[in-house]
Amino acid sequence: MSGEIVFEMKAITKVFPGIKALDRVSFTARAGEVHALAGENGAGKSTLMKVLSGVYQAEEGAIFLRGKQVAFYHPLESLAQGVSVIYQEFSLLPDRTVAQNIFLGREPVRRWGFLDAERMRRETQKVLALFGDRHRFGPDTLVGDLDVAQQQMVEIAKALSLNAKVIVMDEPTAALNDTECELLFQLVDDLRGQGRSIVYITHRMREIRRLADRVTVIKDGKVTASFDEVPETSRIIEAMVGRDIGHFYPEPAAKDDIGAAVLTVRGGGNSRLFDIDLDLHAGQITGFAGVQGAGRTALALALFGAEPFETGEVSVEGRRVTLTNPRQAAQAGIAMLPGDRKAEGLVLMQSVRDNGMLSVRAFSRALGHPDKSPIATLDQMDKAFDAFDLRAASYEVEIQSLSGGNQQKAIVARWLSLDPKLLIFVEPTRGIDVNTKAGIYAQMRKLAQNGAAVMAISSDLPEVLGISDRVLVMSDGKIVAEFGHGASEAEVMHAATEAHLGLEAS
Amino acid sequence: MMDRLKQMNPVFLVLLLLFVAIAILSPYFLQPTGYMNFLKRAAPIAILAVGQLYVINSGGFDLSAGALVTLTVIGSSILLDGEASATWWVILAMLGVGVTVGTVNALVVSWLRVPSIIATLGMMITLSGIALTWSGGAPRGYLPENFRFFGRFLIKDLPLIKILPVAVIVMIVVCALLWWLMHRTNYGKRLIAMGDNPKAALLAGVPLTQTRIVAFAMSSISAVIAGILLGGFAGVSTDVGVGLELQAITAAVIGGAQLLGGRGTVGATIAGALVLQAMFTLLNILGFPKPVRDVVQGLILISAVVIAGYRRRRSGG
Amino acid sequence: MKFQRPRNLTGLAPFLLLLVAVAIYVGVAVATGQTQYLTAENLLGLLGRSIALGITAVGQTFAILIASIDLSVANLISVAAVLGSSIMSGDPSMMLPAIVAVLAVGVVVGLINGLIITQFEVNPLIATLGMALVLQGLLSAAFNNFAGEVPEEFQVFAYGQVGGVSISLIFLIGLTVAAWVFLRFTRAGSKIYSVGGNPDAAKLAGMRTTRVVILAHVICSVCATIAGLYLASRLRSGAPWIGRDGVYDLESIAVVVIGGTALSGGRGGVWGTLMGVMIFSLIDSIFNLAGVDAFAKQILRGVIIVAAVAIYAMRSRRIEA
Repeated sequence: MSGEIVFEMKAITKVFPGIKALDRVSFTARAGEVHALAGENGAGKSTLMKVLSGVYQAEEGAIFLRGKQVAFYHPLESLAQGVSVIYQEFSLLPDRTVAQNIFLGREPVRRWGFLDAERMRRETQKVLALFGDRHRFGPDTLVGDLDVAQQQMVEIAKALSLNAKVIVMDEPTAALNDTECELLFQLVDDLRGQGRSIVYITHRMREIRRLADRVTVIKDGKVTASFDEVPETSRIIEAMVGRDIGHFYPEPAAKDDIGAAVLTVRGGGNSRLFDIDLDLHAGQITGFAGVQGAGRTALALALFGAEPFETGEVSVEGRRVTLTNPRQAAQAGIAMLPGDRKAEGLVLMQSVRDNGMLSVRAFSRALGHPDKSPIATLDQMDKAFDAFDLRAASYEVEIQSLSGGNQQKAIVARWLSLDPKLLIFVEPTRGIDVNTKAGIYAQMRKLAQNGAAVMAISSDLPEVLGISDRVLVMSDGKIVAEFGHGASEAEVMHAATEAHLGLEAS
Repeated sequence: MMDRLKQMNPVFLVLLLLFVAIAILSPYFLQPTGYMNFLKRAAPIAILAVGQLYVINSGGFDLSAGALVTLTVIGSSILLDGEASATWWVILAMLGVGVTVGTVNALVVSWLRVPSIIATLGMMITLSGIALTWSGGAPRGYLPENFRFFGRFLIKDLPLIKILPVAVIVMIVVCALLWWLMHRTNYGKRLIAMGDNPKAALLAGVPLTQTRIVAFAMSSISAVIAGILLGGFAGVSTDVGVGLELQAITAAVIGGAQLLGGRGTVGATIAGALVLQAMFTLLNILGFPKPVRDVVQGLILISAVVIAGYRRRRSGG
Repeated sequence: MKFQRPRNLTGLAPFLLLLVAVAIYVGVAVATGQTQYLTAENLLGLLGRSIALGITAVGQTFAILIASIDLSVANLISVAAVLGSSIMSGDPSMMLPAIVAVLAVGVVVGLINGLIITQFEVNPLIATLGMALVLQGLLSAAFNNFAGEVPEEFQVFAYGQVGGVSISLIFLIGLTVAAWVFLRFTRAGSKIYSVGGNPDAAKLAGMRTTRVVILAHVICSVCATIAGLYLASRLRSGAPWIGRDGVYDLESIAVVVIGGTALSGGRGGVWGTLMGVMIFSLIDSIFNLAGVDAFAKQILRGVIIVAAVAIYAMRSRRIEA
């Protein structure tokens, strides 16, 4: 099955300020095989491939391409050597044609700098022919008119037109539906058949089972397992998550601590969510698990009125509420702490205080004094910061100078001042170092103990399991399973991917 | 101490240096009539600049302000035609026009998602069209004394400062109110947060459309007030407001306001307007022809942005 | 970046708008009994009244395609007009030096604009606004009335005809074709679209994006100077207020946007711009036919600009979201 070694990465170490992203990671890829690189979000998979392509340079270790040591300082250099990386964020131009995108930056020219459009079209045709008749678009189609799966095929075609020997795909199915996934799998099979080496980054078991010849698992920047053939699913999962999580998380809620339902959804649905029936109880932390695109974030956005439900009804403490914008949701007692703090949570140029006070000010009289609102005064906010042990040179410094953990504390303080009944945490510890995480978990538990309902959404499965009293599993926009505290990762992950496995069997 | 100095907005230092230069070159400037006259001339542009700051802090531009100044002057003179008894309701009507113009600008931006630069550009063309249609292309009518009072009257025989132009009182009152609204109310904090990161502001519960309407309305109201002052001391003409929106933006930028929102104070913007006016005065004293003003304004506009960007990058912000 | 684009129409919108404008024009002409204006010749003649706007707008298209903008074109037009006319001073032998000098000014202004934007990272609005003020000041410092004189040989540019079609119209169409060929069929043209559409992808593909931005600004400024030369030829002399009076900065941006070029860059082209110019001329003519007051025209113009941009903004809503 496996051919000659195409590239080899030896003991790669990559350090970012404050964190060792890769620790002596080795990885080998052979011609004519699919090598799955598995691991949870943030394990270091993408970083490793960025080192390969030359986006990052490793501090230690060496890369050998067909036996020769190489060092890339720009992705162009690795491209020229036949290494193509397809990122999750496509680098395509929507208003240009397929052919123009494939030849972006290296358009063939004739005399006087005139484009050799004929050759571009011809070579694009030739590359697209490798897809058989599955692509259903031509060289002159505008990329913006293609669906996501087809756009991905353009990215693959770009790699093929460069005659890439190594193609790295970073979670290529993240935005694809089942039919599109199957199409992609067939393409990957073809590429393998052509003798190319595929590195397939994923955390989905069914894709590994369907495609991979070999599997390497990394976790926290280290290789935890490497299999020359695909082993049982449980062994991969074990290598992906097996960490001691015991003391890291606060105690779960006792039965008596759990109160009445704060929020009830019946038959909630919109374009991304279907038949959502949901009760969130006071004193309880409810975690949401599921693969990317399963609908967890969509549910948070629906509850917060940012992408509202179109059908069904929502009640807060028994009263019907309409949630069509975030302001209404906040007034109904719902708070959301967004996952992308920089883009959605912080007003970066303003002080820590201004960030903390933002919601208080949004809901106080417009002409009232900003520091003396009846909802909460600046002094009270300062005390809340103190209580959270928010560390800053002064509360007047711009919030962008703070660490992720301290920024998160300011946003939590912002919402607590409104005394919400439900707090939705989206990726609460993204970009936060391990030592601060425990503090955030403790805080979430404390909020629940004080009588709020807490919802936790995270793509870090151990985190969801560790923090939650109850875990709901989502898949394809529906809630498909429920587990109590202490569920194993294997059973949750199984439930999260079961729908897909079922399809595959049929 | 040095740290505080470094953090201080350089616009105040520049203003001080300009004042010193003017005072050395022209001692008249140190007389009450000298500096009061200077402040009187600076009043309209300072008011306009602070109004413009509301829109800039919200993340936009208001290019219609200059045309609204013209419309105010032309419209008032036609409506009044020397009729002193109508002054008060005409002023009220003009303020109403200001509120309407601001609201329309804001709604076009919020609902139709037209970039503010285009929306207010369209408004600018429309308003000058209205002014020209109304007047038939040449100034008509004339402004009664009680209307011109605001722009031109001087309170005399005061102790210490001797004279005090009414325009300066108007400037102080308007700027104080706008300072209060921007820096001492919840509204102002919402506005700046919205300009900094509209998505975060929305998700924190800030009502964006309402906030934007007030911002554009403040800019338009300040344009109407500036128009009333200019009508008072410059008289009626069809080009009275031409280019004022650019001077207002320049003043705000000199004061360190960040284009596209999130950073900018009323105090520094007033200082920026005074710097601009002082620069013009200085060029005048030095005997440069008037057009040189434009060149200088263009150069300081670009340099202010370059310097602000450089300071921000160096401080790692 | 994953995107779902609103289908079709994108290229068609300016054409549809043009058809609507023509239909209204015909309707008004018939309704007011002025059918003598309904000849093909007359329709083409409409474009002839907007040569300067057309030339400027073709250049502005380049600036907007790279997601920039140029507010200095109006004053640059004036500079070009008075400079060209002054150098010529009615002497036919000075025509070539004048043209070379004026185009050189265009290159220099475009270079400065481009450099300020790319090297100092100044917002293009502010950079070109600053340039506009500087040019305005220099201009009014040096001239306050018609300057120089354009020799008859040069007036051919504005008044000459070949086979019944005016030379200036042929020039405008030729310029548009050249710009279209450049954008559509050369590598440099591809780069303009790429840098405007997705600068990160362009950089990743190894392009030197700053050069592309500077190139687009040079083209834009050179076009403005050509428009200035045309106006000097038409007025037989250069006037320092000619650019400002024509509001060429704002109008050129408006017709580019109405022609379907996105302010966010990377989408559109010069044919759309030409259609935008025709739409503007038609609107003028419709008002003339209908006897709308000259100033009321301006009011409607402002409303139409905003409405047109709103239509595009609403349609592209999904891309933003």
